[in-house]
Amino acid sequence: MLEATILTIITAATPLLLAAIGELVTERSGVLNLGVEGMMVMGAVAGFGVALMTGSALLGVVAAALAGMALALLFAVLTQTLVTNQVATGLALTLFGIGLSGLAGERFVGQPGVRLQKLDIPGLTDLPYVGKILFGQDILVYFSVVLVLVVGHVLFRTRIGLVLRAVGDNHGSAHALGYRVIAVRYGAILFGGAASGLGGGYLSLAYTPQWVENMTAGRGWIALALVVFASWLPWRAMVGAYLFATVTILGFAAQGMGLGIPAQFLSSLPYLVTILALVIISKNRLVMRANTPACLGQSFVPDR
Amino acid sequence: MRIELEKRPERAEIFAWASPLIAVALTVVTGGLIFALAGINPLKGLYVFFIEPFTSLWSIEELIVKATPLVLIGVGLSIAYRANVWNIGAEGQFTMGAIFGAAVPILLNGWNDPSTLVAMLVLGTIGGMVWGAIPALLKVRFGANEILTSLMLVYVSQLLLDWLVRGIWRDPKGFNFPKSVGFDGWQTMPVIGDGRVNLGTAIALVIAVLLAVLMSRTLKGFEVRVLGQAPRAGRFAGFSSERMVVFAFLLSGGLAGLAGIMEVASTIGQLQPNISPGYGFTAIIVAFLGRLNPIGVIFAGIVLAVSYLGGEAAQVGLGISDKTARVFQGILLFYILACDTLILYRIRLVGRAPAEARAHA
Repeated sequence: MLEATILTIITAATPLLLAAIGELVTERSGVLNLGVEGMMVMGAVAGFGVALMTGSALLGVVAAALAGMALALLFAVLTQTLVTNQVATGLALTLFGIGLSGLAGERFVGQPGVRLQKLDIPGLTDLPYVGKILFGQDILVYFSVVLVLVVGHVLFRTRIGLVLRAVGDNHGSAHALGYRVIAVRYGAILFGGAASGLGGGYLSLAYTPQWVENMTAGRGWIALALVVFASWLPWRAMVGAYLFATVTILGFAAQGMGLGIPAQFLSSLPYLVTILALVIISKNRLVMRANTPACLGQSFVPDR
Repeated sequence: MRIELEKRPERAEIFAWASPLIAVALTVVTGGLIFALAGINPLKGLYVFFIEPFTSLWSIEELIVKATPLVLIGVGLSIAYRANVWNIGAEGQFTMGAIFGAAVPILLNGWNDPSTLVAMLVLGTIGGMVWGAIPALLKVRFGANEILTSLMLVYVSQLLLDWLVRGIWRDPKGFNFPKSVGFDGWQTMPVIGDGRVNLGTAIALVIAVLLAVLMSRTLKGFEVRVLGQAPRAGRFAGFSSERMVVFAFLLSGGLAGLAGIMEVASTIGQLQPNISPGYGFTAIIVAFLGRLNPIGVIFAGIVLAVSYLGGEAAQVGLGISDKTARVFQGILLFYILACDTLILYRIRLVGRAPAEARAHA
């Protein structure tokens, strides 16, 4: 029972973590991309479709990342090259992604999907209690954890990370120092798109291998909230994603025990928890001020 | 080759007017390309999608019915966005308006005179305001991001509606369908003309005009614009951005709620799990296409209503999915935002910059 619950928590946390870590990098460069939901849902439909057509879940994973990047590129061209309003453009990306994925996915509705294989290392995976949890996950679960470590290292221990944060905190100075603000932001936006696409692909390839219209069900928005909750720190995003998944899954477990709580109330739990988490973290203005990228959401046009 | 922006010395007023038109034109061209790619004669596709809705009385009435909630929600949002307050949860405020307003005919089914309708509309507006007040207060009191909280509340409101119509508000004589009792008489909006268009359209138009006056002729309108464009200047003028957040959410939430109760009291005629084809989200596009101007929103509402009707017509006439409409709506918003850049910037295509210039760039 406990093992099964932990396994479910991991699968529930992974898509959120992937999308959140991508958006965290984007926001660290000073760009607010509210299109996470749209990029995720496009990743979900592209991953599902390619896996179905090729029979390979791995190709599906690649397609999911590329689909997320394609949408992110659109966002980058609009907000960076044409300096459109980031909030509005992000909303447009979400509306567009939900519409396009619904259209593209119509032929997939009701079709059985291809499931991303879980690892099976003889000896290790069969270990009692911890075997399945540590050695029996699919590759994206491990990838998401590695991604957190790599992003944490690159952001705070390397030159690239320093430049990225400089661009996000003060684009004027970064530009004056000769850094290419727009190019850095393009890169961060595309990274965020790929990670969001992967998060969406995880839903349609591993979480529930099928295509349902709008299947992200607000997870992109929850990932955005997680970035705030994490106060833009990668390891906290991971803690947040797992904490969030735990609360949600325990809610569903409570439903299984038949406490007589209506299903709709338990389904609304993730959204209410998100609001609560936002309130708790935002109340702490010191934490917010210390880590919020100072140029978040502001467009940059170099003076020539 | 790359694109370079050059700041105009002042706003180009001509593009302020022309950009929505250019955006619509580009969307139509893109639509034609998509039809061609899908193997449909583009001219026929565009005719069915964009022209046919205007060719019969029935479809024009249908257009007005669809445009009404879009305009009503859109004018509220246009003012909130002008004030730089990002309410994107209008879909949830619409749903709560429907729930609050529908409580009257569901709980007090015998009450059926003109005051019933008034009570429904007032309660609906209050429902939307209550739902809008939550993100506003969380923002003012705790600094919680209103974009995320207002959006989260959309899901909560839809689940609440689902629970109500499947549970305590289900029609006992409804053969177990998840629907409330049907509304009739003064529990529904009085119709205008031969039956489809109702009083709601007139209400929406009056409100749009009133808000246009508010924005252009009153101190409140000035306050909205100043706090939106230059919050620091606004504070020096003694305007409170906290109070503006609350005002913008109450206004846009209340109007979304009013749209919600008017929709269930007319077109739908009862409460059911699905009461909106995404009006609250489409109204975001309406607000931007209308250039965040209440009068502009009226025309924008009609344009977006065409996309809904066109989607339905394309499904019947061309055999393509009505989801095409959602894609067109998204593309339209991209074009609107891109065209708005022309107001403040001149766009130049430059060749490869000389090596020296690049070194200094």
